[in-house]
Amino acid sequence: MRAMCRGHGPLPQPPTEEKVLLPLNDVIHLAITGIAQGCAYGLIALGFVLIYKATEVVNFAHGEFMMLGAFAVLTFSEVLGWGFWPAFVLGCLSIAAVGYLVDAQIMRRIIGESQASIFILTVAFGFIFRALAGMMFGWNTRSLDTPFDGKIAIGNLVEINSDRVAIIIATVLLVGAIYLFFGRTRYGVAMQAASQNQLAAFYMGIPVKRLVSLTWAIGAFIAAAAGALLAPMTQIDTTIGLLGIKALAGAIVGGFGSIPGALLGCILIGVIEPFADYYLPGIKGVSAYVVMLVVLFVRPEGLIVQTYQKKV
Amino acid sequence: MSAPLLQMRNIETYYGPIMAIRGVSLDVNEGEIVAVLGANGAGKTTLLKTVSGALDSNKGQVLLDGEEIQCRDPDWVARKGIAHVPEGREVFPLLTVAENLAMGAYNRSDKDTIARDLEAVYEYFPALRSVQRKMAAYLSGGQQQMLAIGRGFMARPRLLLLDEPSLGLSPLLVQEIFRIIVRLNSEQGMTILLVEQNANVALQVSSRGYVMEVGGMVMDGPSDKLLASEDIKEFYLGKKEVGVRGRRRWKKRKTWR
Repeated sequence: MRAMCRGHGPLPQPPTEEKVLLPLNDVIHLAITGIAQGCAYGLIALGFVLIYKATEVVNFAHGEFMMLGAFAVLTFSEVLGWGFWPAFVLGCLSIAAVGYLVDAQIMRRIIGESQASIFILTVAFGFIFRALAGMMFGWNTRSLDTPFDGKIAIGNLVEINSDRVAIIIATVLLVGAIYLFFGRTRYGVAMQAASQNQLAAFYMGIPVKRLVSLTWAIGAFIAAAAGALLAPMTQIDTTIGLLGIKALAGAIVGGFGSIPGALLGCILIGVIEPFADYYLPGIKGVSAYVVMLVVLFVRPEGLIVQTYQKKV
Repeated sequence: MSAPLLQMRNIETYYGPIMAIRGVSLDVNEGEIVAVLGANGAGKTTLLKTVSGALDSNKGQVLLDGEEIQCRDPDWVARKGIAHVPEGREVFPLLTVAENLAMGAYNRSDKDTIARDLEAVYEYFPALRSVQRKMAAYLSGGQQQMLAIGRGFMARPRLLLLDEPSLGLSPLLVQEIFRIIVRLNSEQGMTILLVEQNANVALQVSSRGYVMEVGGMVMDGPSDKLLASEDIKEFYLGKKEVGVRGRRRWKKRKTWR
């Protein structure tokens, strides 16, 4: 659980007596840190939602794809010495392959069993991945050298670590790419079709099984990218996959099943978190779940709902 | 006469523990419309699902042009040239009408013929042209049925399976849909296997018909003969026979002659 409490970088020190108003530059600093953190949650949540929409499976091992991605990029960049970018691409692709195989070899066989057994299977996968990562890469915390170690100044008000900006830019690019892929390409539209009505997609000759595995691969790819980009903020060890649970909370806040909703929910949680940690240090690390509970009470379908009524 | 396009030989299919089809045989020749009639639960939909691969048969063979196609994935069967228009339309609700139709042509690559067939669909179903950019979920029931048939046509199948195209439609719309089904057959040479509860309209458009009851075929023949048959008249067309005593005989048994 240690992993859940970090990730915001150096927080401004709480003043001893009075902490009502933060100076503006600290507010901006916290907000951008929060947005960056939220974007990282959002990237993981994207995978949750994509896989859920394709197969109605909530993949509780999705955070582990992120953790494995971080380790894979670390391995390719440091052990093989290829530099960050080739390692980044290769690492994400190899985790995408893992995602594809997990579905094609295992999940496909259990579809149709009870939700409980599917749930337990994905949780078990989380444990297996964590154990494997520990055996392969060691249990120590490692750090990954990225090209984003400078600072970017906004006016002369705040200086922001460029790793945060990198996450925000990467999120915009990845989400844009996903949007174009699902909206414009033949494969993408077919994946939508398969998720909306699987049997009809089968009847149209769409290779549903292959496309579902491909959805897992895309989800795993995005999670791996998030892991590598978050590495400067979180460091890398076998427990960072637990961030996935916060991403899940964000997806629930936004309305599970809606991609814009999941992103919105995650960014909301990401922004609330550093401020809540600052003002209410007593509930440090649990604010995400408090937000989730509030949303579940007030608006159980989430912020953005995507439903339709079937005609008979 | 050449071999039938589709042959089902002694098919047995279970729906869970229930034997939904018990030893059914059926032929569809190239260029025909064949109707399968039957009440609720007779096994008509199961029959079509067995053809398209959504259900695996436990016994028997389904042959398309002499090649066995039973117990394969439905997408494989679809690529072999069978398009299934399922009961209850089952359009892709959050895709636009144009995208739904494009999904029908998923396995085709020749842009020119796809464009020509798309034009043909809009010609047959003018109501769809004006809603091209609308999401399928917002269409009326009749438009959704048209979309489902159009989507099946876009695959340019060798055999089109239609499951209850009249379900939930007004009598006027049923007439319109069936007029177009006849045109698809005569103008586009589409071979059609049609499953219907509405025996009257189904027998009027088809050349041959089969009657199913509790999982088995009880009668088959040319559609005009079936239309004239006493049992069909009584049990499917609802025409009452007046007995000698001036009252309907409730104990009359079906003889299927």
